[in-house]
Amino acid sequence: MSEAPFVEVRDLRRVFDVSKPWLNRVLENAPRQYLKAVDGVSFDIARGETFALVGESGSGKSTVARMVVGLLPPSDGTVAIAGVSMNDVDVAQERQRLRRRIQMIFQDPYASLNPRWRVGRIIAEPIRAFQIVEGEAAINNRVGELLTLVGLHPDDRSKFPHEFSGGQRQRIAIARALASNAEFIVCDEPTSALDVSVQAQILNLMRDLQERLGLTYLFISHNLAVVRHMATRIGVMYLGRLVEISDGKQLFSNPRHPYTRMLLDAVPDLAMTGKARDGVKGEIPNPISPPCGCTFHPRCPLVFDRCRIETPPVIDGVACHAVNEGRVAAA
Amino acid sequence: MTVKEAVPVLSVRDLTVEFVTRRATLRALDRVSFDVARGEVLGVVGESGAGKSVTGSAIIGLIDPPGRIAGGEVLLSGARIDDLPQEAMRKVRGKRIGMIFQDPLTSLNPLYRISEQLIETIRVHTDLDAAQARARAIALLDEVGIPAPERRIDSYPHEFSGGMRQRVVIALALCAEPEFIIADEPTTALDVSVQAQIIALIKRLCKERGTSVMLVTHDMGVIAETADRVAVMYAGRIAEIGPVREVVKQPLHPYAKGLMGAIPSLEGEAKRLVQIPGTMPRLSAIPPGCAFNPRCSQAFSRCHVERPELIAVGDRKVACHLYDESNAEIAA
Ligand SMILES: Nc1ncnc2c1ncn2[C@@H]1O[C@H](COP(=O)(O)OP(=O)(O)OP(=O)(O)O)[C@@H](O)[C@H]1O
Ligand SMILES: Nc1ncnc2c1ncn2[C@@H]1O[C@H](COP(=O)(O)OP(=O)(O)OP(=O)(O)O)[C@@H](O)[C@H]1O
Ligand code: SF4
Ligand code: SF4
Ligand SMILES: [Mg+2]
Ligand SMILES: [Mg+2]
Repeated sequence: MSEAPFVEVRDLRRVFDVSKPWLNRVLENAPRQYLKAVDGVSFDIARGETFALVGESGSGKSTVARMVVGLLPPSDGTVAIAGVSMNDVDVAQERQRLRRRIQMIFQDPYASLNPRWRVGRIIAEPIRAFQIVEGEAAINNRVGELLTLVGLHPDDRSKFPHEFSGGQRQRIAIARALASNAEFIVCDEPTSALDVSVQAQILNLMRDLQERLGLTYLFISHNLAVVRHMATRIGVMYLGRLVEISDGKQLFSNPRHPYTRMLLDAVPDLAMTGKARDGVKGEIPNPISPPCGCTFHPRCPLVFDRCRIETPPVIDGVACHAVNEGRVAAA
Repeated sequence: MTVKEAVPVLSVRDLTVEFVTRRATLRALDRVSFDVARGEVLGVVGESGAGKSVTGSAIIGLIDPPGRIAGGEVLLSGARIDDLPQEAMRKVRGKRIGMIFQDPLTSLNPLYRISEQLIETIRVHTDLDAAQARARAIALLDEVGIPAPERRIDSYPHEFSGGMRQRVVIALALCAEPEFIIADEPTTALDVSVQAQIIALIKRLCKERGTSVMLVTHDMGVIAETADRVAVMYAGRIAEIGPVREVVKQPLHPYAKGLMGAIPSLEGEAKRLVQIPGTMPRLSAIPPGCAFNPRCSQAFSRCHVERPELIAVGDRKVACHLYDESNAEIAA
C-alpha cells in the first residue's frame, strides 16, 4: 500500500576493537577485547518525521548516527535511504547523489566549523560542491537567504565562527546543512551544549524549518524532555540495543519497558508532582563485558529466570520478556 | 522564633566581585545579597556566565587574581568570614563549609586511596585517632551508599564509576560535619539515572543532619526537586529569589518567566517554547540600567537608566521596576 520508509535501518551492528596494544597483550597474556557499541538496531523513519534516539551516555546513539550518515561503516546490518543502500558497492554512484540530501549537525558547532573560513565560505562550500546554483552572484544570494532563514543577518557572512555565540554557531551549522538542499538531517545532541534560553531558540527554529521545508530528522539526545518536545517517534537505547520504540506521546503516557520507566522516573521534575524515586538503582555496567541475557537484568525490578539466559527480541516495540509474557499490567 | 534561630547560616551582603584585565575591570558579581537558613537548600540557577560559580568561590575565599572581592560581606552563622586571613579561611573551608564540585576528580587525588583521603580529612578536623577515623570513614561511605564500604574504602578513585566517585566526594565534604555545603553542578556530569540517586542522597543528608546547602546548577528540574528556595541569577545579579514552588510555577521577573517557559517539560502539551531573543551580555558589555533590558519585552524608559534593586513581593524578592509601586500603571 505505502512506499518504502524514507530511512530504513536493519539489524545494524558495530563492534569496536578495544584490545590493549599488541605488546601488552603478549606480555600480559591478555585476550583481544571487543565492545559491541551497537548490537542489532532496526528502525524506520518516514518522510517528514522526527525520529528520536534517547538513552544514557554510552548507549550507542552517536555510533548509530555515524553509521546512518555513512561516516562509519557498520560491522553488520544495512542502512537504506530513499531506497538506496548506504553500504552496497553496486550503487556507489547513486549514493554519491544521495550524500547531498543527508546532512549532520553535531553537539559542538565550533568543532564542526572551519575556524579559518569566513561564514560565507562555510555555507557556500556545499552549494559549490553539489552545484546547487551556478555563478557567484547566485551563490552569494543563496548564502544570504540561508543566513536569514536561520535567523542571522546576511552581513554575518563576512565574520569568522569565533565571533559568534554557541547558539549562533549552531545556526550557522544548520544553514550549512540546508545549503545542499538536504532533506534528511541527523542531529546529534544539537542543543546539549547550549543554555536553555538558546536551546529554545534552536529547537523552535528546527521545528519551523521542518514545517517549511518538509525535513526529516533523526534527533539524538539524552534529554527526555527535549526529545518529547521534538519527536514524533522515539527509540530508547540501552547498552547498544533498542529496548523500546514507540509513538512519541505513547512513550511518556504509557512507557512499557522497565528501563524506560526507570528513566522517566529519574528525570527531575519541573512540574513538581513529587513522584516516587525509589525505582532508580544501579549504574550502567561496563559495555565491554555486559550482563548476559537481557543486559538490563541486574537493575530490573521485574527480572526473572529467563532474563538471565535469553536476550529479549523486540516484539511489538518492546524488548522485554516480562512485557512479552504479559507479566506486567499496562500502566 | 528565638533570636538565635533567626541568624542565617550564611548571609551574603552586597557581594561584588571584579576581574581586573588590561582593557577593563569586569564586574562578575554586582551587589549580590541572599541568606541561607539552617537546614535549607538554596538553589542558584542561571545560564552560563551568570555568576553562579563565582558566587560560590567568593563565599569560600577562592577568587584568584586578577579577580577580587570588591565589596560586600559574607557572614557564616553571624560572623564575617570574607575578611579572615588566608590561614583562618583555609580552616573554615573543609571544616565549616564543605564543597562538592561537578568533576569529582577536582576533589579527589587520583594518587591516593579513598581511605587515605577520608582519614586524613577527618583527622585534620577532629581529634579522632587513626582507627577511629577509619571507622568513621567507613560509616560515612556507608551513609552515602557505597556498597561493602569496609572493602571498597582502600580503592583508588579511578576504580569507581562517576556516580560512585561523586558519592565519595559527598562523604569527603561531610567528614568535618560542616554547617554549610556548596555544591556546584554536583550532578551535571552524571547520567540521569545516577543523578536522581545523588539528588536523593543530598536531600536525605540535609534533612537528617540539618546541614544547609547552596546548590548551584543550570538544571531547573534539579532545583525544582531539591531546593527550598531558589535564586535566579542574570549577568552577575539576582533577578528573583524566593520559595522554589512560587518561582518555578509563577515567576515574576520577565527573565525568570522566559527561562521557565523555555524549558521543555515532561508534562502538558509539547507546545512551542517561549523564546527570549538574544543572549546574556558579556561582562564587558552589560547595558546600563537593568542588565536584561535589551531582551525584555516589557522594558520602559526607567529600565535603561536605573538599575532595579531587589523589591519584596510577598515571600519573594524581585529586581524589576515593574514591581515598584510607583510604576504600577506600567505593570498593569
Ligand atoms: N571509536 C571508538 N572506539 C572504541 N569504542 C568506541 C568508539 N566509539 C564509541 N565507542 C564506545 O561505544 C559505546 C557507544 O558510544 P556512543 O558514542 O555511540 O554512545 P552515545 O550513546 O552517543 O553516548 P553519549 O551520550 O555519551 O554521547 C561506548 O561504550 C563508547 O565508549
Ligand atoms: N578568572 C576569571 N577571569 C575573568 N573572568 C572570569 C574569571 N572567572 C569567571 N569569570 C567571569 O565571571 C562570569 C561568571 O562566571 P561563573 O563561572 O560564575 O559563571 P556560571 O554562572 O558558574 O556559569 P556556568 O554555568 O557556565 O558554570 C563569567 O562571565 C566569567 O567569564
Ligand atoms: S527482559 Fe527481564 S530483565 Fe530485561 S527488562 Fe524485561 S523483565 Fe527486566
Ligand atoms: S527592570 Fe525593566 S528591563 Fe528589567 S526586567 Fe524589569 S521591565 Fe524588564
Ligand atoms: Mg553521543
Ligand atoms: Mg559554573
